[in-house]
Amino acid sequence: MKKQTLAAFMTVLMVSGLIAGCGSSSSNTATATAAETTSAAETTSAAETTASKETTSEASKESTEAALPEDLSGTITAAGSSALKPLVDDAANAFNEKYPDVAITVDAGGSGEGLKQVAEGTVDIGNSDVAAEEKLDAEQAADLIDHQVCVITMAPIVNNDVKEGGVTNLTKDQLISIFTGETTNWKEVGGPDENIVLVTRPTSSGTRATFEKYALDGNEEASNTSMETDDSGVLLQNVKDTKGAIGYVALSYLIGDPGVSTVAIDGVEPTLENTYSGEYPVWTYEHMYTKGEPNEVCDAFIKYIMSDEYGANMEALGYGVSSKMTVTEH
Amino acid sequence: MKTKRMQGMFCKEYGWRGLTIFFGLFVIVLTIIIGAFLVYKGSDTFLTFGHTIWEFLGSAQWDPADSAEGGGQTGALIFIAGSLTTCGLALAIATPFALGSAVFMTEISPEFGEKFYRPIVEIFAGIPSVVYGWVGLTVLIPAIKTIFHRQVGHSVLAAGLVLAVMIFPTITTVSADAIASVSQECRNAAYGLGSTRWQTIWRVVIPASSSGIITGIILGLARAFGEALAVAMVIGQTTAIPTSIFSTTKTLTTEIAAQMGNAMEGGELKSALWTMALLLFLISLLFITLIHHVSGNQDKEEK
Repeated sequence: MKKQTLAAFMTVLMVSGLIAGCGSSSSNTATATAAETTSAAETTSAAETTASKETTSEASKESTEAALPEDLSGTITAAGSSALKPLVDDAANAFNEKYPDVAITVDAGGSGEGLKQVAEGTVDIGNSDVAAEEKLDAEQAADLIDHQVCVITMAPIVNNDVKEGGVTNLTKDQLISIFTGETTNWKEVGGPDENIVLVTRPTSSGTRATFEKYALDGNEEASNTSMETDDSGVLLQNVKDTKGAIGYVALSYLIGDPGVSTVAIDGVEPTLENTYSGEYPVWTYEHMYTKGEPNEVCDAFIKYIMSDEYGANMEALGYGVSSKMTVTEH
Repeated sequence: MKTKRMQGMFCKEYGWRGLTIFFGLFVIVLTIIIGAFLVYKGSDTFLTFGHTIWEFLGSAQWDPADSAEGGGQTGALIFIAGSLTTCGLALAIATPFALGSAVFMTEISPEFGEKFYRPIVEIFAGIPSVVYGWVGLTVLIPAIKTIFHRQVGHSVLAAGLVLAVMIFPTITTVSADAIASVSQECRNAAYGLGSTRWQTIWRVVIPASSSGIITGIILGLARAFGEALAVAMVIGQTTAIPTSIFSTTKTLTTEIAAQMGNAMEGGELKSALWTMALLLFLISLLFITLIHHVSGNQDKEEK
């Protein structure tokens, strides 16, 4: 008899293991549970919202004055852009200090993945480098609400030996000629006699899209001569290790001593100040999308990121504060 | 009392039989479902976006549009060529080492081989691919730069070397098992006819275990084909067909890994990536068929 009970128990164990196995990795399972909790939280908060609709609308007017709620609990899941992830991670930590009962999960995965997941309702917030319309069909994109949380500036970076060789500034034409593969030696633009090694990102990357649009005036990079890297961290490493290399990363990757040199475009250094003033052209808004109006917790989190209080942290991390922009169009 | 025990016996008999059948069928169904899903996703390139299979397999023009309208080009020849060259190179490097090791640990020094050599080789198999990639990136790339005086160290050669280290344990252990399973009588007969040890190994033991060795090589090749992470770190990901072992290029797996997160759902790029995933599935199917074919032939010979 005892054996049978054991057998039955083992069976249950194996079957449950099987089911868990279907749900793939443990992190996924964790996210799934988190998502469940969130949806539960959403329903409760939705109920609250309907109950106190008038009060909320008044509150939302006031909340522009950074009047965040006193106490919050719930979960937030976010996924998407790897360029925005460091900021969201940092903001999540700071937000948690104020509201310890809010659990925030931030995943990377790329802008396309973030937009897809938020449109499907898998995550609460989808982080993206590009507007939702570019990666989703119009119908799905219409459901999403855009929060332009910050400004990200992309800088061309070169190996230190190129800078020592005399290249500190490139005109836009030179930059275009380099990235389209026409100029292949640094001496043609006043640098050392060294082959130019292009280090770039894959065609679907948001960083690449921004750089092509605003630094290369829409010209496409030469894919057949450039080394593509899966993320900006690896790109930075490759530029640092390869003589004669040129690439581009967001300013957030250049905090501290990155071991590479930035190059000015048409005499304008890639800095946050030059971005705010509108002189430096290669920047874009970073988006956090929510499906419909965000629930109370997500709303507070997004407002917190955009608040003046957090703005200083944001700049320390190399991201630009949206409200400081003197230009809104390129 | 007796009937009760009988009942229990039959309960167990049918219960466990049902359970094993369920698990067995589940795995089969799962494989079929994955295959069908890849066909469903991958066929979009041909059905929705109107590309031909020959364009996909035979053209090096890779420029799919990241949108649902399509209109780009989806020639995956660059990635197919990249995968074939890196894996071919890896195999060419790893096979001699693996065969040598297998012979060493079974024939030359069996005791030392079983006690120390095999566990050491098995450690190789357990190291995660990201570690191989990282070590390759920090050790191999600068080494290639200095030794061959090149500006860029990322290359097919680097990828081939990293993959060779990764597939070496697979080929070694499978081959060693095959060699060890050759009956002692065969060896004794060879010695009895006056063969030296080398003659015995080369003329008797290796031919007798050839199907196992080939199985090991194919398994190693399958692992090399499927590896994305370590290769992506050292191959230098350029969308161009490799022209020498110092070229930078891309493989099927690295391109899928690099683009899948950002590609638009239902777009031409994503469909083309799914088609590449389908191609990888078919290639692994081919490898498995080959293995069965090889070991099937062996069984026939033995009978």
